[in-house]
Amino acid sequence: MSSATFLGMPPFPEAARSAVEDSRTRHNLHKATHTIRGKRDAVVGELGDDWQRLRAEGEAVKTHTLRHLDHYLEKLEESVRRAGGTVHWAADADEANAIVTRLVKQTGESEVVKVKSMATQEIELNNALEAAGITAYETDLAELIVQLGEDLPSHILVPAIHLGRAQIREIFLDKMAEWGVPAPEGLTDDPRALAEAARVHLRELFLRAKVAVSGANFAVADSGTLVVLESEGNGRMCLTLPETLISVVGIEKIVPTWSDLEVFMQLLPRSSTGERMNPYTSTWTGVTPGDGPQDFHLVLLDNGRTDVLADTVGRQALRCIRCSACLNICPVYERTGGHAYGSVYPGPIGAILTPQLKGMSSEADRALPYASSLCGACYDVCPVAIDIPEVLVHLREQVASTEAPLGEKALMAGAEAVFGSSTALDAAQRAAGVMRGAVPKHLPGLAGKWTDTRDIPDIPEESFRKWWNEREEGR
Amino acid sequence: MRIALFITCVNDTLFPDTGRAVVRLLERLGHEVVFPTGQTCCGQMHYNTGYRRPAARLAVRFVQTFEGADAVVVPSASCAAMIREHYPKLGRTGSRLSRRMADLGPRVYDLTEFLVDVLQVTDVGAYYPHKVVYHPTCHGLRFLGLGDRPYRLLRAVRGLELLELPGATECCGFGGTFAVKNGAVSAAMGFDKARHAVGTGAEVLCAVDNSCLMHIGGTLSRQRSGLRITHIAEILASTEKEYATT
Ligand code: SF4
Repeated sequence: MSSATFLGMPPFPEAARSAVEDSRTRHNLHKATHTIRGKRDAVVGELGDDWQRLRAEGEAVKTHTLRHLDHYLEKLEESVRRAGGTVHWAADADEANAIVTRLVKQTGESEVVKVKSMATQEIELNNALEAAGITAYETDLAELIVQLGEDLPSHILVPAIHLGRAQIREIFLDKMAEWGVPAPEGLTDDPRALAEAARVHLRELFLRAKVAVSGANFAVADSGTLVVLESEGNGRMCLTLPETLISVVGIEKIVPTWSDLEVFMQLLPRSSTGERMNPYTSTWTGVTPGDGPQDFHLVLLDNGRTDVLADTVGRQALRCIRCSACLNICPVYERTGGHAYGSVYPGPIGAILTPQLKGMSSEADRALPYASSLCGACYDVCPVAIDIPEVLVHLREQVASTEAPLGEKALMAGAEAVFGSSTALDAAQRAAGVMRGAVPKHLPGLAGKWTDTRDIPDIPEESFRKWWNEREEGR
Repeated sequence: MRIALFITCVNDTLFPDTGRAVVRLLERLGHEVVFPTGQTCCGQMHYNTGYRRPAARLAVRFVQTFEGADAVVVPSASCAAMIREHYPKLGRTGSRLSRRMADLGPRVYDLTEFLVDVLQVTDVGAYYPHKVVYHPTCHGLRFLGLGDRPYRLLRAVRGLELLELPGATECCGFGGTFAVKNGAVSAAMGFDKARHAVGTGAEVLCAVDNSCLMHIGGTLSRQRSGLRITHIAEILASTEKEYATT
């Protein structure tokens, strides 16, 4: 089954403009993000000052690992091999897709079940497999909904967050039969009924599948253990029942030791689902004879990550543990939804990660660093303290130094001239004071984007500076 | 105390009343205010839009203008945050600018910080007989960590009824050039902020940043709402005497 693609979507400002007008999606998103914010606040709040200590520790472990990534990658490779797994290196999406396709073909199978994974979304693995005649079934409930609906993911943790239950019911009734066990007749939009329909639909796939594809939340270098945290248990099915398991993992997912996991096992569930602990945590180390998949492959994915690592400001984005807290708190994301970002990584983290991974060659990628009011709420909640506003500004600097729009350049140069001396500023203020009566309510050009929806303030007759100088003279 | 006022370019040009209020307030509290006339703009717009070099030049100008001051008071949390948080990053570590910034930075205060922390007053003797809501702007809330300082100042104002603003900690959507680069999203955020403020039944919405207020106020006036905006300084500066005369 293929997946829709973000290719060819309009840049953020345009996509966002139509998204804010979609009142149904905005309602769904408002409800969902506010619910999860509340849950997160409660479980983070109950830790008191410990939370900031945990956060600092998470940041430190990730920063250390990234600084010595070459060392830990080799260590991981060695550990996985020792435990009976095979390690493959993929420089980019094409290489990773080719490796996975070849591995599946070698099994003689034409179907795989998938554990929810951002890395495989990033490389659009499902489409590559389909092109090779292999059907990939998403088994995470929200991913399943998106895949059946031929829709696009709009959130890292809950890819179907933009859909309400009535829409999900329609998708199930319409599409399930095409790919497996149909939805029961008379299916209602009661969440329990929907979950049960998905359970029955998926159960048949789990029992049939010989090959599974996963990602991983963490890869432990010294033991070679991979870790997946989830809520539904569907991942556990994929990770234990099939004969072959292929895990595609970004090279930044490493932690040095098993005990480092302790920090992240507290940071991640509290930040992402707002739970003290997630229901299912699966860990696997190579191959265990007689237990679980007997053929295990780890595909280590670069796909732009080493370029990000070379940027001293931008590299902090690689600390990300994909918790989604920054999406849930973001006032921009809440109003535009994830699709407007044109990438599998939406929201604040998407705005700094996507342009860095892809390089800012397209207009769409160059628009992403501006998709923020720099309010700082994302930085506040990020469990690994990624200073997202700082990276956004850093990326804006890169855009401004190359491809900035002419209107913006002129505005900035004009402002610099005015602010370059207090005499120039005084002259500009006096000119504005003279013009004050003549300013229309609706302005052309860039300023029109302001006056479309907002009034401009009345320009005062005299500036503060003028008043002050007159007062001083009068003394 | 001799206090240097950094008025900010937005207040200087568009909101001189705020500047006059700061002067009135600080003088009433018995302090001397000076206005170094070489000042212009902190460079925040340039910095946030990705124009680092012009921002750095404005940072140098700021440092030159204010270096000798005992205390610099800024009636804008976002400009104070720009100066304190971002200036040190504009100069290379160990460079002259970053060393001079490190020296000056801690003496730069948002007005409410200055009143509560340095002058150690919360009751500034103000009178303002209105229902008021306070919007904690992002830079005040998250970058400077103003916390309850503005609320303490407002609660001590006679005649003032402070109402609670729902969704207070959420950004109003101004964001400098964000307001035009992503105008639709910015407007949607401003609309929600305005709706929450109007819903409280307040007569006045105040904040520590006129740029955010200009955005919310522009939305309110387009909607012909009766809710007025005002900088917190203007509330703190007003007294019974002025109410009797105006
Ligand atoms: S950037 Fe931080 S808050 Fe956002 S998804 Fe990554 S870890 Fe979570």
